[in-house]
Amino acid sequence: MNHGTTTAVSRPGTPGTTVPSPATGASGGAAAGRKRAAWLLAAVVVLVLLAATSLAVGARGLPLGTVLEAFTRFDPANGDHAVVHARIPRTVLGLLAGGALGLAGAAMQGVARNPLADPGIMGVNAGAALAVVTGIYVFGIASFSGYIWFAFLGAAVAAVVVYLIASLGRDGATPVKLALAGAALSAGLFSLMNVILVSSQDTLDRFRFWQVGGVAGRDWSVVLPGLPFLAVGAAIVLLTGRILNSLALGDDIARGLGQRVGLTRALTALGIVLLCGTATALAGPIGFVGLVIPHAVRFLTGPDYRWILPFSLVLAPVLLLGADIIGRVVLLPGEVPAGIMTALIGAPVFVWLVRRGKGAGL
Amino acid sequence: MTLKATTPTRPDALSDRAPKTASQGLDLIGQRRGRAGLNRTSVLAAGVVLLFFASVLLGSYTVTIPDFFTIVANHLTGGAKIPGASFIVMENKLPRAVIGTMIGLAFGLAGALFQTMLRNPLASPDIIGISYGASAAAVVAIVIFGASGAAVSGAALGGALGVAALIYAISSGTGMRGAGRGNAAGNRLVLAGVGIAAALHAVVNFLMTRADIRTAADALVWLNGSLNSASWDRAAVLFLALAVLLPAVAVISGPLRLLELGDDTAAGLGIRVNPTRLALVVIAVTLAAVATAAAGPVSFVAFLAGPIARRFTRKASLPASALVGALIVLAADYFAANIAPLLLDGTALPVGVVTGALGAPFLLWLLVTNNRKDA
Repeated sequence: MNHGTTTAVSRPGTPGTTVPSPATGASGGAAAGRKRAAWLLAAVVVLVLLAATSLAVGARGLPLGTVLEAFTRFDPANGDHAVVHARIPRTVLGLLAGGALGLAGAAMQGVARNPLADPGIMGVNAGAALAVVTGIYVFGIASFSGYIWFAFLGAAVAAVVVYLIASLGRDGATPVKLALAGAALSAGLFSLMNVILVSSQDTLDRFRFWQVGGVAGRDWSVVLPGLPFLAVGAAIVLLTGRILNSLALGDDIARGLGQRVGLTRALTALGIVLLCGTATALAGPIGFVGLVIPHAVRFLTGPDYRWILPFSLVLAPVLLLGADIIGRVVLLPGEVPAGIMTALIGAPVFVWLVRRGKGAGL
Repeated sequence: MTLKATTPTRPDALSDRAPKTASQGLDLIGQRRGRAGLNRTSVLAAGVVLLFFASVLLGSYTVTIPDFFTIVANHLTGGAKIPGASFIVMENKLPRAVIGTMIGLAFGLAGALFQTMLRNPLASPDIIGISYGASAAAVVAIVIFGASGAAVSGAALGGALGVAALIYAISSGTGMRGAGRGNAAGNRLVLAGVGIAAALHAVVNFLMTRADIRTAADALVWLNGSLNSASWDRAAVLFLALAVLLPAVAVISGPLRLLELGDDTAAGLGIRVNPTRLALVVIAVTLAAVATAAAGPVSFVAFLAGPIARRFTRKASLPASALVGALIVLAADYFAANIAPLLLDGTALPVGVVTGALGAPFLLWLLVTNNRKDA
């Protein structure tokens, strides 16, 4: 994740390449670039503080000093230190999954030129859910680390099918066709999933805890297998900023600017699928992060995807980690899963953005 | 959402009776198209009647036609009952088919109204969040208050209407007036709906993890949309609601046609755009809400009825959409109640599972065969 942010910070060094968008236009010079870089830095600081808080807060609250101590002078006999170390995997997963969903959501809204596009609409959540249900029902899988390969495979297959169906026909994978194909396939897959769930109560009993989505209860055996997929996906998507900028002007203009529209769109879609497929495999379906964060980011950055992408990468984990932390304390001694809290926190923010009337535009 | 304002001129219409003026020619073509559309609509109506009787008479328990009329006549006049058959027909099959037809009509109309008004093929009550309002309220009632039957329906109705009001309040209000703002208001409505739907979806999922597994299984059946608990009480309530709503749809369909031409054009033609739009929203939402209250959110019917009807009748037609909705529900419920148990060791599926599983490939097929950008 750090890799991504540093490349992003180094980007304002090239302010000369004017973004072909009327909103930023001529005024978006070096000063604006510096201002945005400062904002991005502030976001990174907030994220680091949240990560530290995430290690400290929980059923057993600890002062931040103890958290720091657990890293600098780790004492195996100290129970507090053990608690801090036990909270590392979920914090790392929160960072990874949040960043992946934010990036994927931003790139997806760009590729699909659709403010409603989020990872769910590519059929990713539905494909993963059906595969997990199949894994539980047919193969009797019962652990989070057992679910991840099913979920990833399901997510990838569903996304590829959606993309292929949407690219049939003369004009290729247009935004409307992508959205419709995703919605249709999702509905169908969820129905098949419900066929199994209605007829097997045992499967429902296990599946309902995966379905809420969250970062609790995952250890390194869940987090580590996802790392290579996330790294490749993030690398692809972070490099597509300029492509998305020209795609935002419409396919014809993008073609006129020298983009090979079909190829670049397929490449971006690959990065998106790697990111959100892995995030869903690791953390279950977490809604709203990929939808609401890019919308919020546009307030800070305007329509330039070279800024939207890194900001989404940093701010999405802020939402996910923050949601996880709040979820740990609202229902003590129980927890509300992060997937629920992101929606409960994200929805009012999203609605407020919609009311401001700017969220709808791209 | 292709809404062609101009009718393409057909050479055959001009060949035998040459019209004196251009407008007369257009009238002629209009009549021909209207008649063709009417014929196809009546084909749909015949299909609904046929399926209705098929689902009452056939299936895992078969009733002959004379027996059926004897049963109904004796039930109405209080005559002798045929043991077993009377109960199955009057308490199970007939109310089930009646409710299935009515929710199909209601969902089909609601979907077509939304899609036409918002000029967005994605805009159906499922997507806009109204179904989720009903679902969340019903699951709260089932899981937290242990409700069942009519109480769940009441909660669902309240939830659907409450969420619809919330979405409308959010999306109206601060909007600026002017050229092209109508579509932006529509976009805001869809966006607000999507946001609220996601939050409610999370609430439902969370409640499912907090509930006892048997309760969760019950809630799941309701969430899928099921006709299993059909009864005459429910049919009566639904009938009363439709008796008010269907005439309202008939009244509003004229102004709707003009709204399709764009807000400015409609205003120029003397339509008061905003009150009309509000009335449309209220009618469409209430249709979806009463149907959801009766049987749960049967997925995809509202979404699909409009596009299928348009393909079949070659024009945007509200009655055809309603009939297609009824056809989908009746056919899917026949499959769910009678054929699925043979394949799945006796598990009768909720009807919504079938509409989703069969509806999705159909929508994909529509998408694949339709080369135009707007499916």
